[in-house]
Amino acid sequence: MISFDRVSKRYAEGHDALREVSVNIGRDELVFITGHSGAGKTTLLRMIMLMERPSRGQVMVDGQNLAAIGPRGIPRHRRNIGVVFQNHRLLLDRTVFDNVALPLIIAGYDHREVGRRVRAALDKVGLLDRERAMPVTLSGGEQQRVGIARAVVGRPKILLADEPTGNLDPALSAEIMQLFEEFNQVGVTVLIASHDLALISRLHHRIITLRHGRLVAGSAA
Amino acid sequence: MIGRGRAAAGRTAPVGRRDGASQSRTRWRDQFNGWLIHHRLSAADSMNRVLDNPFSSAMTWLVIGIALALPTGLDVALDNVGQLSASWDSPAQISLFLQDGVSDDRARQLQEELAGRGDIAQAQFVSRAEALEEFRTLSGFAEVLASLDSNPLPHLILVSPADSAAQSSAAALRAELEAYPDVAQAVLDMEWLQRLNSLMELSRRLVLAVGGLLVVGVLLILGNTIRLAIESRREEIVIVKLVGGSNAFVRRPFLYTGLWYGVGGGLFAAILVSASLWFLRQPVSELAMSYQSEFQLRGLGIMGGLNLIILGGLLGLAGAWLAVARHLVEIQPR
Repeated sequence: MISFDRVSKRYAEGHDALREVSVNIGRDELVFITGHSGAGKTTLLRMIMLMERPSRGQVMVDGQNLAAIGPRGIPRHRRNIGVVFQNHRLLLDRTVFDNVALPLIIAGYDHREVGRRVRAALDKVGLLDRERAMPVTLSGGEQQRVGIARAVVGRPKILLADEPTGNLDPALSAEIMQLFEEFNQVGVTVLIASHDLALISRLHHRIITLRHGRLVAGSAA
Repeated sequence: MIGRGRAAAGRTAPVGRRDGASQSRTRWRDQFNGWLIHHRLSAADSMNRVLDNPFSSAMTWLVIGIALALPTGLDVALDNVGQLSASWDSPAQISLFLQDGVSDDRARQLQEELAGRGDIAQAQFVSRAEALEEFRTLSGFAEVLASLDSNPLPHLILVSPADSAAQSSAAALRAELEAYPDVAQAVLDMEWLQRLNSLMELSRRLVLAVGGLLVVGVLLILGNTIRLAIESRREEIVIVKLVGGSNAFVRRPFLYTGLWYGVGGGLFAAILVSASLWFLRQPVSELAMSYQSEFQLRGLGIMGGLNLIILGGLLGLAGAWLAVARHLVEIQPR
């Protein structure tokens, strides 16, 4: 589903974020990416959603070479990927419902379809009764679950999460991880960057380890 | 959006209406409907945002309104003057003011003599007594005139050239008539009309230049207003781009914001111009009455008002487009 072939990323100031990374991730896998901060976890995720382009090497997503996607193709590419951010990145002046509906509005669904899918997604993350709430009135864990509902509402093939449990206590973190496992079980490729080794080592999924931009473990399933 | 239906159908609960032979057409129609829906949402959302800040929005409307009202008002004024002067444009007339010492009889004789000439269609004698009487009744200076010892007005012969269209021949005739010993001064009435026309042409160009400058000003004001709106929603734009919003999607609400500001500004301009005309109507018609004219101020009219609103809207769109083209590209998810 996702493959990196000898991908390097060097920033203009000379810092190497990724060096010769090659990795394959299958269609129904759930994979953790770990490493110290600055090891290149985030860069890896950003490349998949074309926020970043490799300096060398090739990235394939769902059979498509990302180098072939021009600036105009980026929005369409991103619509096939759900993303969960560490700091949630919710629209604070919109209700929970509107936040989750955003990808569907962008994709141009009619409002009945939007209502149905948003409620299904909110139900999945256990926030169906909070659809009229504003994000600031929610706890950190609830906000993160709104972010997850937004990421999955468009039924993407790929779900990326950058430190999704970064600010949560262990119990909430485990709950969030369980949600990701459930999405993975219905066929979504899930890629989670996390440095919470204690948590992810309990979950029995492949763990890719990066150190100073190099892949040191987990290149094969 | 392509692949979305496929992704859904290949995996979890398939969406029924996306399957089957008519799938591609349905998808096309869905896309079109979605596009329409987003236009409606953007228009309504932008309108709400404009109305949510009534004070600052009204200020923007007023600034645009004044900038548009100025050239429009001047243009309407010129239009009125043009309409007024059109009724005076022809025929050309030469006024012969006779020397002080010329008697009534001599003046009448001259008039007959002139009327007999081939190149003069008509010659009308206005004696100094008649002129005074006319002046007394029309000018409203009756009391002042009564206090004068003697009649200050000269005899006057109004000459209409046979060929009034040819200005050059009228000018030649004027020169010839001024050479008459009894004639103190010959004035070709075309002259002031010509001057008026050149003055009008000059004013028209001035209005055009001022209008052009103000239009540029309106574009800059709108561009800046939209730029601020973009800045204040930077985080939202980043998020929308992250979840797959195209540039057109991000642009849309801001273009509508510009449209609403422009349309509101056009409406304000139309109101300002109409109010000024209404304010001037009474004294203008009084002034016209004193010249025995039925002249009425011509207003903007419904079409003029609509044009102003449409122009405002177009300027709004253009200004928003300028701002959006410059600033939206800069905002990329980091």
